Amino acid sequence: MGLVPLLFEKSTPGKRAVTFPAPDVPEVALSEAIPADLIRQTPAALPELSEVEVVRHFTQLSRLNHGVDVDFYPLGSCTMKYNPKVNEEAARIPGFALTHPLQPAETVQGNLQLLHTLESWLCEVTGMERMTFQPAAGAQGELTGILLIRAYHESRGDLERNEVIVPDSAHGTNPATAAMAGYRVVPVKSLPDGSIDVEALRQIVGPKTAALMMTNPSTLGLFDPHVKEITEIVHQAGGLCYYDGANLNAIMGYARPGDMGFDVVHLNLHKTFSTPHGGGGPGSGPVGVKSHLVPFLPVPVVEKQGDRYVLDWDRPQSIGKLHGFWGNFGVVVRAYAYVLAHGPALKEVSEHAVLNANYVMARLRGYYDLFVDRYCMHECVLSARTLKQETGIKTLDVAKRLLDEGVHPPTIYFPLIVEEALMIEPTETEDKATLDRFIDAMIRIHDEARSNPEHVKSAPHKTPVGRLDEALAARRPNLRYRANPS
Amino acid sequence: MANVPADLRYSKEHEWIRVEGSIGVVGITWFAQDQLGDVVFVEMPEVGRELKQGEQFGVVESVKTVSDLYSPASGKVIEVNTKLESAPELINQDPYGEGWILKIEVADPSELENLLDAAAYEAFTKEG
Amino acid sequence: MRYIPITQADKAAMLREIGVSSTEELFAANIPAEVRLNRPLELPPALTEMELLSHLRELAAQNVHTAEYACFLGGGAYDHYVPAAVDAVLRRGEFLTAYTPYQPEISQGVLQAIYEYQSLMCELTGMDLSNASMYDGASALAEAAGMVVNQTGRSKLLVARSVNPQYRRVVQTYMHGVGVELIEVPLDGVTLDLNRLEALMTEEVGGLLLQTPNYLGYLEQVREIKALVHAKNGLFVVAVDPISLGLLEAPGNYGADIVVAEGQGLGVPLSYGGPYLGILATRDRFARRMPGRIAGATVDNRGQRGFVLTMQAREQHIRREKATSNICTNQALIALAATVYLALVGKEGLREVANLSLQKAHYAARRIANLPGWRLAGDAPFFKEFAVVAPASAAEVSRRLLDHKILGGVDVGADYPELLGGAAGGSAGGGAPGTVAGVLTFAFTEKRTRAEIDRLVAALGEVK
Repeated sequence: MGLVPLLFEKSTPGKRAVTFPAPDVPEVALSEAIPADLIRQTPAALPELSEVEVVRHFTQLSRLNHGVDVDFYPLGSCTMKYNPKVNEEAARIPGFALTHPLQPAETVQGNLQLLHTLESWLCEVTGMERMTFQPAAGAQGELTGILLIRAYHESRGDLERNEVIVPDSAHGTNPATAAMAGYRVVPVKSLPDGSIDVEALRQIVGPKTAALMMTNPSTLGLFDPHVKEITEIVHQAGGLCYYDGANLNAIMGYARPGDMGFDVVHLNLHKTFSTPHGGGGPGSGPVGVKSHLVPFLPVPVVEKQGDRYVLDWDRPQSIGKLHGFWGNFGVVVRAYAYVLAHGPALKEVSEHAVLNANYVMARLRGYYDLFVDRYCMHECVLSARTLKQETGIKTLDVAKRLLDEGVHPPTIYFPLIVEEALMIEPTETEDKATLDRFIDAMIRIHDEARSNPEHVKSAPHKTPVGRLDEALAARRPNLRYRANPS
Repeated sequence: MANVPADLRYSKEHEWIRVEGSIGVVGITWFAQDQLGDVVFVEMPEVGRELKQGEQFGVVESVKTVSDLYSPASGKVIEVNTKLESAPELINQDPYGEGWILKIEVADPSELENLLDAAAYEAFTKEG
Repeated sequence: MRYIPITQADKAAMLREIGVSSTEELFAANIPAEVRLNRPLELPPALTEMELLSHLRELAAQNVHTAEYACFLGGGAYDHYVPAAVDAVLRRGEFLTAYTPYQPEISQGVLQAIYEYQSLMCELTGMDLSNASMYDGASALAEAAGMVVNQTGRSKLLVARSVNPQYRRVVQTYMHGVGVELIEVPLDGVTLDLNRLEALMTEEVGGLLLQTPNYLGYLEQVREIKALVHAKNGLFVVAVDPISLGLLEAPGNYGADIVVAEGQGLGVPLSYGGPYLGILATRDRFARRMPGRIAGATVDNRGQRGFVLTMQAREQHIRREKATSNICTNQALIALAATVYLALVGKEGLREVANLSLQKAHYAARRIANLPGWRLAGDAPFFKEFAVVAPASAAEVSRRLLDHKILGGVDVGADYPELLGGAAGGSAGGGAPGTVAGVLTFAFTEKRTRAEIDRLVAALGEVK
């Protein structure tokens, strides 16, 4: 049965939670309104439960789950920082939460002002000219950015460009996005320190280059010192440069992708700007552009005319739309509140994110391999390579053993170019005591790998469930409840 | 060595081929399945498809990764191992026997010269 | 500093451990001078929490919202009732502040909730499997279009003109880069022209994208359409209103290959257009082409049932450029809202919500049809939304309704100019010759009272 039975397994015919009033209008018979062959014959077998059962069910489920609100969550590249509760209040203000997307502009001036104002703030942070909030997540932002680049080249009759260059250290969404937009992905090698091999790049760029996609700092947590040269090389070959903003938490107030030479950027509001991850979304992936890409932005664009805000649909060169309406507005409200709570002190956010990651690295370097011996930025990449060679304990085992310490493990086996990788991003919202607890646990595991490897290999022991059979899940897929499994 | 049978030919993409008359039986090597981990799914081509040496014909998926499959020789696909649909783990358990993936009508036996023999393949896997 | 819990003493100790005298050294070691920002960020000064809330409330007060005005707007987002327990569950920190369940042993809450969501979507739609969510109905439809192209290998796709125009635009944007030709199938009145569909559905076409109830609110003849699409081995993609499935036949039962939907009506606030919920469900045989995350049941090493993300090899973090899609973060918390909603309303409740919505809409239609100067745009069956031809422009109607504290209707005239045709003919519903007419849709949910509907009709009656 499992720890918590499924809703369906608890269902009892006749139970109800929420009820509704009887119709207060003269009714029409269903058979008169709907053709017989379109009327549902068998009702959907939804579970029947009382409200207390429903609330207990989900409360019990939540208690099986780890979140930032529970404890440390150093998942590299995800920026699991504290999600301020005042932002939840903000998003629920009725004037925001209860507005319909198709209300006339004059009835939602508050919403449009919020979008327009946040746009200008995030442009200041990133060094871009305009920004759209339509993409619902980072990956959708990436697609938007690449489509903008495609539109730019097409508008100039530059139709031979069918390649997008992606570093081999890149997050998987980058090549997936380029392929979705119809481009051929050309990888460029990273040097041992994770930076792009500039000489290799020079060989690869050419008349077929539409764009380079890059994040800086890279997925190794290191700032690429040649970034300006890199963007110049791509520009000289006629390509444009796309900045994956997943790692922006490292550089706010210190550097801006616009100043590094990028033409288009995406941000992850659910990373850098504290909006909650929700177990896997909703996020928001706004896209910022320099002036030459502005004509191609998705419609509609929020414009200020005098002291009124309007939605501008009259943009003949627009790439079109990515979202049914205007994007994840409720998420954007939270980001607006976050920026207002900090102002220029966003720089201190990055300052402390970098401090924390370097402290973790400094204390763990004696126990786990450093990929590159350099001060990192907001995340550090360690490796269990030596540990594996000497004890047979792999990164996966370290991660599973960490679960018994009540801490979410770092990102494992990413980036792909690092063997037995552990990517640790503490974020700025953790204090030294929390970091020390994590570090001590990592050291304990390192020692246990030698003294009691079986205990590490068989971890976790204290979690609600033990190691789960993922091979079975994939070989014999059970992806939904069936009342009478055949 | 049991892991690199002497009577087979090998590609650098870690496929093997056993020629029985004019028929070539194709699978992936012990080394490949060891690298992949638990195989969960195999995408196989349609019977009748014509393949060229080196052409991608399918995909093998494990829990954590996925690999393209490339034909070690040219020929028409005459049979695929349908047992793998319900028991992909056969590839892990018996990669050279029950875990075979497809059979082709070898179009040009001289192509096999392009492949590695057991010793050369074993050396190749040790290069890392 | 607001959310940074590091004291000066701790900072000093940490810097010592790292071996630097200031954090500036860490940045200087990474960022070359040529790209350093050498001035403070030009942002307004930080506000305290009190000031922040005050400012936000002032901003929001410039808006009009659906607790103050009766909302008859539809067009893909609906003012359905959100039970209180939904938000209570969403605000639990373990759900709200978790990320993707990459470590399943400490993510069983999220994973089981996803499995339950997937199961509920299959029950609702009559399909075999569902993913863990997509961004919204529009992008779900675009991803379904991608599935059709990949599965059939055909590069043409039919799109019904009665599909939401914004959805069609999103599909176009997604398909542009991959060289897929989208062909629009015209309408006959307010529903799809079956003769034209038959003519356009050839062996070169991968399939059809259809919406029912359609953008104007009307029910399409899905069984006839399915036959025409399958006759040429095309795939049949249907976009539905999940609330409607409390009364209307499930697409799985009339031969749909892929079902998509906008799940906003299932316990999700209007929130000016997002975050919403993209539902995507399909048949077993398309399982490996389906984009997005999927949770599956399995056992742990203690023999207990548990849940994991599965079939991840299709996804971007493994498959990279050969992935089924690039989607990573989806709408997990919103899918949770829909799961809680369906558990709260249950089998009977969904049927009641659907029936109430239908009854209110049909009552309103009867009354509006009797208003001089007004007429219904079509006589096809409809669910909770329908189109009317007005004796004034849509903008004028909207303005008048605002005076009565009513939000409505959606102007569909620009997207469907053919519906205005009859008005100029001077029939009973056209008003004086030369009148600028408008076409609008009005939507009705279980929240709209008879009094509000009567007020709407009275206000419309004042428009000449």
